[in-house]
Amino acid sequence: MSLKRKAAAIGIGEIKPFREPGNETALSLMAKVSAEAIADAGLEKKDIDGVLNAVPFTDPAGFYPASFCEMIGIEPSMLDIVDTGGAIGTGMFWRAAAAIDGGMCNAVLCVGGDLNRPTGMPFPWISLEREFEWPYGYIAPTLGYALIAKRHMHEFGTTSEQLAKIAVDQRTNALQNPLARFNDRPLTIEEVVNSRMLADPLHIFDIVSPQCGASAFVVVSPEIAKRSKHPPVWLLGAGECSDHSVISYAPSVTTSCVKPAAEAAFKMAGLKPADMDMVEPYDCFTITVMVTLEDAGFCKKGQGGPFVMEHDLTYGGDLPCNTHGGQLSFGQAGFAGGMSHVTEGIRQLMGRGEGRQVKDAKLAYVNGNGGVMSEQCSIILERQS
Amino acid sequence: MSEPRRGDGENPPAFISEYGKPLPHPSPTSAPFWEAARRHELSLQQCGACGKFMYYPRPLCPHCLSDRLEWKKVSGRGTVYSYTVARYSPTPAFKELPFVLAIVELEEGPRMTTNIVATPEQVRIGMPVTVAFEDATPECTLVKFKPA
Repeated sequence: MSLKRKAAAIGIGEIKPFREPGNETALSLMAKVSAEAIADAGLEKKDIDGVLNAVPFTDPAGFYPASFCEMIGIEPSMLDIVDTGGAIGTGMFWRAAAAIDGGMCNAVLCVGGDLNRPTGMPFPWISLEREFEWPYGYIAPTLGYALIAKRHMHEFGTTSEQLAKIAVDQRTNALQNPLARFNDRPLTIEEVVNSRMLADPLHIFDIVSPQCGASAFVVVSPEIAKRSKHPPVWLLGAGECSDHSVISYAPSVTTSCVKPAAEAAFKMAGLKPADMDMVEPYDCFTITVMVTLEDAGFCKKGQGGPFVMEHDLTYGGDLPCNTHGGQLSFGQAGFAGGMSHVTEGIRQLMGRGEGRQVKDAKLAYVNGNGGVMSEQCSIILERQS
Repeated sequence: MSEPRRGDGENPPAFISEYGKPLPHPSPTSAPFWEAARRHELSLQQCGACGKFMYYPRPLCPHCLSDRLEWKKVSGRGTVYSYTVARYSPTPAFKELPFVLAIVELEEGPRMTTNIVATPEQVRIGMPVTVAFEDATPECTLVKFKPA
């Protein structure tokens, strides 16, 4: 059993992240990108027979997919939510492929959207976190990633400058992306390490900025992919893993379960990290990218610091990384944030990367990460040759 | 860029008292832990089948799924596994800055999310710490740590 080349992405929809919600809601943003993705795929609404939703962080609710489908007038034969935080986007891709391969549907709309401030019910945090984390001030993910970065520095000698290099190279990518929220000026390592320290050792430029936004993509069967107007982008492999929810209780604070997730994805694809033309690792924080590159096998454990200094992570470099700017420069729209890595992977492999197009890009590694390195989902995507 | 938020700051924590910050709301599973803390004792469950200690309190042993769990008073000694100095308020309730959030590895094995009651300059990864109970309210005592 394998999902290799069982389904392909043929359309995307995305909004340039923005700060002030104005008259928009998470639902209105999701409706817009859904219409855009369906049109981009050359399909009509009636062709969509599967829907996977990310429930907005800022307007959470149960029974979400049926309400969403009712709103935009879709009557699917497969509907569900994916609830793995930043790993939702990559998680949607393989779930869509599995549903298609299992004969449940033929064209799956994967969509998420969020605002940067709550408009609905408070997010329903589990009682465990409210009881054992909140009383000590462990409420925001920033503190959790700071605990990882501090320990990474202790074990491996990683420096703030090395972390900053990731934000700087990704900003260079964002300068060529008209959809990136922060694309007006370059960043420097000095600027990052001298920016305000929020949680030692993480500076404000090591951290994503919450925005309003939405992303969508359409995954279809091989039969529909054959008629696609864009080059279909095939799923070659997928792997998923969770080994904790709260970082304090993880088997390791510095080695994540990106490792088994990536290994499974590469095994299914029959490929290795060195085969990839580009990478799209989830980047809520700079340290997230470093740990992901290590655990996915792009460099040895603990060598992420020297690795990012020695390699050019820009779109024209030897390891193009987060060519849309990453969420650090693209902006993070809540639970839709991780979907931007998937849409950018699809865009690049379709050859639609505009000024930041990775030359001859054929294979991409995309990783989604939820919570504080809590849920991981890696996928390998291929441009049809 | 303004200060990052994930919306967390605007979700009023569910359990707030005059103390101002979030307080635990014990479940039937965890009540013995918080009752011990009120007596200024650190008490953990130990599995009668595999012998391992666990934190936080569990309905079953997460190592072997046995339900033979016994509460044991433990040493209260551990080391700082990792820490961060928070220089911003994760929610408006945490006004006193900076504060030290830490993962402490207990002598008995489990790790805990906690605070180190010390100045940020005093804290190092690997430093020995000992339990420091903080009576947040007459009903509730939090389990923090201080340099040993």
